[in-house]
Amino acid sequence: MARKPTPAAKTTVTLLAWTIGFLIFFPILWTVLMSFHSEGDAIKSPVEMLTSVWSFESYAEVQTRSNYGLHFFNSVVISVGSTLLALAIAIPAAWAMAFVPGRRTKDVLMWMLSTKMMPAVGVLIPMYLGFKNMGLLDSRLGLVAVMTLINLPIVVWMLYTYFKEIPGEILEAARMDGASLRSEIVYVLTPMALPGIASTLLLNVILAWNEAFWTLQLTTHDAAPLTQFIASYSSPEGLFYAKLSAASTMAIAPILILGWFSQKQLVRGLTFGAVK
Amino acid sequence: MTMTLRALLGATAALALTGMAMAETTEITVATVNNGDMIRMQGLMDDFYAKNPDIHVNWVTLEENVLRQKVTTDIATKGGQFDVLTIGTYEVPIWGKQGWLVSLDDLPEDYNKADLLPAIAGGLTVDGHLYASPFYGESSMVMYRKDLMDAAGLTMPDAPTWTDIEKAAAAMTDKSKEQYGICLRGKAGWGENMAFLTAMSNSFGAKWFDMDWKPQFDQKPWADTLAFYLHLMNDYGPPGASNNGFNENLALMQQGHCGMWIDATVAASFVTGKDSTVADKMAFALAPDNGLGKRGNWLWAWSLAIPAGTQKEAAAKAFVNWATNPAYLELVASKEGWANVPPGTRTSLYANAEYAKVPFAKMTLDSINAADPTHPTVDDVPYVGVQFVAIPEFAGIATEVGQQFSAALAGTTTAADALAAAQELTTTEMTKAGYIK
Repeated sequence: MARKPTPAAKTTVTLLAWTIGFLIFFPILWTVLMSFHSEGDAIKSPVEMLTSVWSFESYAEVQTRSNYGLHFFNSVVISVGSTLLALAIAIPAAWAMAFVPGRRTKDVLMWMLSTKMMPAVGVLIPMYLGFKNMGLLDSRLGLVAVMTLINLPIVVWMLYTYFKEIPGEILEAARMDGASLRSEIVYVLTPMALPGIASTLLLNVILAWNEAFWTLQLTTHDAAPLTQFIASYSSPEGLFYAKLSAASTMAIAPILILGWFSQKQLVRGLTFGAVK
Repeated sequence: MTMTLRALLGATAALALTGMAMAETTEITVATVNNGDMIRMQGLMDDFYAKNPDIHVNWVTLEENVLRQKVTTDIATKGGQFDVLTIGTYEVPIWGKQGWLVSLDDLPEDYNKADLLPAIAGGLTVDGHLYASPFYGESSMVMYRKDLMDAAGLTMPDAPTWTDIEKAAAAMTDKSKEQYGICLRGKAGWGENMAFLTAMSNSFGAKWFDMDWKPQFDQKPWADTLAFYLHLMNDYGPPGASNNGFNENLALMQQGHCGMWIDATVAASFVTGKDSTVADKMAFALAPDNGLGKRGNWLWAWSLAIPAGTQKEAAAKAFVNWATNPAYLELVASKEGWANVPPGTRTSLYANAEYAKVPFAKMTLDSINAADPTHPTVDDVPYVGVQFVAIPEFAGIATEVGQQFSAALAGTTTAADALAAAQELTTTEMTKAGYIK
């Protein structure tokens, strides 16, 4: 029988957890704090900065200089679109791998993962030429396609892990009751794996939202998402910390809010099947 | 019913007219860097649209390194995503030779090509053709605290030597007050510490390559350059200087922690600007020399170029002409004052009595004129470029060499080992690239 933790141990663990949480969150907190100061104050020591005048000056300038609405819309279309498309492909693929595995299923899974091991810049020129020839440069459709392909291995792997936890007998029972393959996946498997699918969806929306290599390389103006909005405020010659912080805060705010409201679902999904 | 029909017909006609108007508008995409002059230009676009109502400009503003990577990929693959590019003096000779840029020899007469500063125009001309139009030009110079010099009983000459700099740095250093005599770039990168060190090495008689493209880091001038740089920074520089680039040094200077800063002339407007605590205490001098006939200053121009293969060459040229025309300088002056005019591109600007009142105007011009990209150092060299070597391999090689020199500044390697490593890696890369047979 497990020993009950002492109050002191509980307090220590709680304090440790809060400290780690604060350390992880600190860069975001500091970015937000910097965004409410002038460029001159943002480069001062932390105490001087925090005691200087607070203002919305940086936000006002960022709003004047950039079309936030267009970048935000592009980010939503690219991240949500690519995640939904990836799920549509990955759910049947993960079903096949989990419930009717072949001799090479493990190898296929490893091969899929291996595509994530190559540095993205290694395929930049062929990808760029392909996009140019297909007329997909600076298009949302092109970005949805590329983000789908980038995140597909992770989506398949996550769903495969969740599906493996679902007893195959339940699906067999559905089949005996006359369910077709489509009905089995849509009406039996999907509802049972909903927490897993939801957390996969959320995680991939976040990954696609934050992706900053392909979104910067393959877009210019019309399809440029929030990553380009942020990149436009960095400068090697001149002070930019406050404006960059304001732009970053505006870019990460939607995804932070989404994460905050869905944290229970996210944690439940991520720990699904962790204890066997 | 009639009313509805009329309304429908009216709406259709309006839509058709709008469509026709939109069809006649040429959209061009301009890739640019995020700096004050470029952002100011974006705020003055009403003037461009008034003069060119049939052209619409889409801006893509990016950080310098991101922009460089993106624009290089696009131009090398003829992607056609941009109609006007903002590029520097490093790219123009290479891309012009490759045939990647449109010649700007046929810009209208009011562009006044002969008015461009010869040093700047020389860096943007390939085989007699102008391939980019300078938007602003810069060199490097000494920016120093006159009050600290006065307190130390010293006077900075207008054209100092490195010995003058060392003496001033020693006199102004008071580490107990976090006051450091000199701040220089230490962060690794071809456009970071290597821009400064390459320019500095010219004044010591050093060079990257001899006439046979053999690297020269094993020669005495480079050893002298690095030893003097390390001495200045270790004895009179701020702590953690191996992480300091332009912005870090700017912050130190603005907060009064540096007695001297040798860096881009464009910094003069920042250290005398509203965010600076020492704005009224600043003075300027030419970059130092060593009595060998070359000063340790660089030459750079952010310029507008048109990629070969753009489908909108005429509209792109109209934009380049507007943005780099002498009339644009007057436009900025009328809206924002002469101190905010993009510097370093035109002779006529420096002949203007109003602009001559700007405190750093003369020193900027003198610094630019003191740099010669075709004869950057004391001896003859096979390359063009003052703080860089205009070959495609340079950026990669210089970044690696910069890492070695930055490590020497951080104290994780010695100057001798850093130079030996630089010599070896440069020889390897230049042999691989076919320069050394």
